[in-house]
Amino acid sequence: MFGIELQSVGKSFGNNVVLRDINLSISKGSFTAIVGKSGCGKSTLLRVIAGLENVTSGSLAYTDGEAKKSNIRIMFQDDRLLPWKSILKNVAIGGVGMKEAEEALEKVGLDGKKDAWPDELSGGQKQRVALARALASKPDVLLFDEPLGALDALTRMEMQHLIEELWQEQKFTSILVTHDVSEAVHLADRVIVLNEGGIQMDKQIDLPRQRERDEKFTSYEKNILDKIIGG
Amino acid sequence: MKKNQWYNNQIFPWLLPIVIVILWQVLGQLNLIKSTMLPTPFEVVEAGIRLFQTGELQENVYISTKRAVIGFAIGGAIGFLLGLFNGTVLFFEKLTDTSIQMIRTIPHLALIPLVILWFGIGEGAKIFLVAVGVMFPIYINTFSGIKNVDRKLIEMGKVYGLSKWQLFTNIILPGAMPNILVGIRYALGVTWISLIVAETIGAQGGIGYMATTAREFMQMDVVVLTIVLYAILGKLSDFIAKLCEQRLLKWNPAYRKN
Repeated sequence: MFGIELQSVGKSFGNNVVLRDINLSISKGSFTAIVGKSGCGKSTLLRVIAGLENVTSGSLAYTDGEAKKSNIRIMFQDDRLLPWKSILKNVAIGGVGMKEAEEALEKVGLDGKKDAWPDELSGGQKQRVALARALASKPDVLLFDEPLGALDALTRMEMQHLIEELWQEQKFTSILVTHDVSEAVHLADRVIVLNEGGIQMDKQIDLPRQRERDEKFTSYEKNILDKIIGG
Repeated sequence: MKKNQWYNNQIFPWLLPIVIVILWQVLGQLNLIKSTMLPTPFEVVEAGIRLFQTGELQENVYISTKRAVIGFAIGGAIGFLLGLFNGTVLFFEKLTDTSIQMIRTIPHLALIPLVILWFGIGEGAKIFLVAVGVMFPIYINTFSGIKNVDRKLIEMGKVYGLSKWQLFTNIILPGAMPNILVGIRYALGVTWISLIVAETIGAQGGIGYMATTAREFMQMDVVVLTIVLYAILGKLSDFIAKLCEQRLLKWNPAYRKN
């Protein structure tokens, strides 16, 4: 396991500044959510952390233990399953054996579908396979790029429970990018609000798990939402 | 589209050809079509049996098939490799794609006079023409297939730590496969067209040679037989290509038998 340390990170594409002066320290095993309006730079921040984009200024470092880039996995907005591989082989794509792949499928409750083709599964099932694929190699860091955005409300709740359960069990460092504040409060220990490429709010969520939508929950939610909308 | 209609089965598509052949036979027997113009199907079949007994039929079919296979293999390999390099390495694309696109617009059969001067009327000429004809459709489809592989899948592969070779075998090649197979099917058609023309112009063997000699001796039944042979061989190669599609694209619901 390892944490992530960003020091005055900036990122621009040409003249377009997407991230500015981000200082962020993410401790190992924690669950952080990044929320904000669309275009606030949250997906770019995730891609920087994943090493998919280079920083324009500042630095990115992995802390608290041995860090290998191969231990970072991403769950994308779309499932990105390979249509020409069976479910099991899709899970095994990250260089794990069939046994590990089967175990990962079992964890997301889809071991019965291992020989199916991806297009035979529903959207929620496909995202569960994508989760299994991300977890199969026992990653240290798991990055979620709005993975539940395209799912219906019920499937979404199921997936949130599943993600929470697996995180509690394996304690991988998690960063979730989402536009859904309720999802962020539900899952994360810490919510970061991005606005125009900078950190606008950094809030700890001190609620016991599994979280219910009680008064405290909604007050967190309202607090964060006000910040996003009010700017 | 309704699936359980009375006409949606294996036999119905053959109805029209069968009716035409019967009609052709009847009109020929009634002498409404003169057999010096067009022999009846029976006469064509008889000619086939006759040539089979002398061994000429098998020999010439073998010669033509061999030319088709060798020409297709050479042209297909060149087209595939070019498509592969140009689709994956920008340097090669910039270096060669424009030139290839220019050469592609020349109808390859226009090269025949040149080819005869280069190779004479030996085997080389026929194989060369087939190879040139096959190369371009395979090149273009391989190239565009590779170019159109979903970038998001490639990005996923990189995040999941695949090496370049693994990216190629797991994502790029299977992603381009539907296009490559379209190229192969199209190229098979080009193979036989090139061969028909090349063999008719100058050859010492093969189906086209059979046709030319038969024409000189006014053997109408053999002339028609050669046309039928080309049709059968063309259909057969398309059938093999279709089998490959069903095998290689079984993940695609459009090709899945259910």
